Amino acid sequence: MSASHTQRTTSSVELDRTASWYESSARTRVRLLLDPGSVVEFIGPEKREVSPHLKLFDLPEQFDDGIVVGLGRLDGSPVFVAAQEGNFMGGAFGEVHGAKLTGLLRAARDIGSVPVLILFDTGGVRLQEANAGELAIAEIMRAVIEARTAGVKVIGLIGGRAGCYGGGGLIAGCCSALAVSEQGRISVSGPEVIETNRGVEEFDSRDRALVWRTMGGKHRRLLGGAEVFVDDTVQDFREAALELLSSIRAFGIDTLKAEQSRLEDRLQRFGACPDAVDIWTAEGIPDAVSIPALPADQFIALADKVRRSSRDAR
Amino acid sequence: MEDLNFRHATRQRAAGTRKLAVIGVVASGNLEVLAERVLPDSECLVEIRTAAAGFGEVWDAVIADFVKGYSPGGLRFSINDGGARPDTVSLRLAQAARLMEEDDQ
Repeated sequence: MSASHTQRTTSSVELDRTASWYESSARTRVRLLLDPGSVVEFIGPEKREVSPHLKLFDLPEQFDDGIVVGLGRLDGSPVFVAAQEGNFMGGAFGEVHGAKLTGLLRAARDIGSVPVLILFDTGGVRLQEANAGELAIAEIMRAVIEARTAGVKVIGLIGGRAGCYGGGGLIAGCCSALAVSEQGRISVSGPEVIETNRGVEEFDSRDRALVWRTMGGKHRRLLGGAEVFVDDTVQDFREAALELLSSIRAFGIDTLKAEQSRLEDRLQRFGACPDAVDIWTAEGIPDAVSIPALPADQFIALADKVRRSSRDAR
Repeated sequence: MEDLNFRHATRQRAAGTRKLAVIGVVASGNLEVLAERVLPDSECLVEIRTAAAGFGEVWDAVIADFVKGYSPGGLRFSINDGGARPDTVSLRLAQAARLMEEDDQ
């Protein structure tokens, strides 16, 4: 390959990295996030390892069961990567989908030195294969903790159409660190689920502003649920992943104790707050009502002034 | 679900050396196309699993049009369809054929 050709390829990738994370497919995110041409996919679509359940419901399958897993390079260093496709069945975890992520995490555990990036984009467990999906969530949570115990950094990147809900929210909570964009909602029960179970007075799922300020990336960053808030571009997620990889500390029982006390402290300080705006006000943020409308760069500057979640926790 | 297969003779081999390409997502009104360079140069096969049964004639016309326009000799296209409209199908097939024209990575 000639030098001029290399240069052209590089600049074209840099240009592509201005692409919206939210609008990109799982495959595009993986291709643009990692170093050009570095990705080797495991159990790719040509293997046709599809869901064994969907045909029973007369539903179409996808050849990769909605998740891309593989090994690539990030700024020259090897990383394992998993990316969920939020447009296929809401990025939901089925049996094969989950097994691909479990296998990737176990490989990372056995190797010990290669970090894992999980590009979440999921509504949770796929209802058509509920039992297998729930088991997959449990297996993945265990695999995340086993990998971290073996010294592996597991980072979640969240900014997709489906957000990160249900079991995806539980897995995200097990990761070493999370980067989130404004669009990347993180929660367990989704807005409609809460409204259905607790009534519209508890949570009006049609109130989009309420949904975003309760589950959206800005609130997760301010509350300490996500370490880094990023703008909605592939480049921003790439820089966040590199930053987190260089700053995560070793994981052990002390980490879990610190996380427990962080959560207890959070509950004590904000447990009585009826709305996210009250939490931001209690955090000492002036003009908290303006936060949802703040552009990403201004919000990042503000969030950097608010205390970051303790580096000892997680 | 309905399974459909269309086999065509092609004028010429699909350009490029790429062995494999996948484009699109299985969602409502969308489809994924997996293209593989696994057939003799003078053949093209399109295998479809679609959620919308009863549109065999439309598929037949769309595929025939695609093969005539691109002559994708040597390629097998496997489609999982979520009820895409014919124009979307044509677009995805064209995207898959174009990706296969690239050099192997």
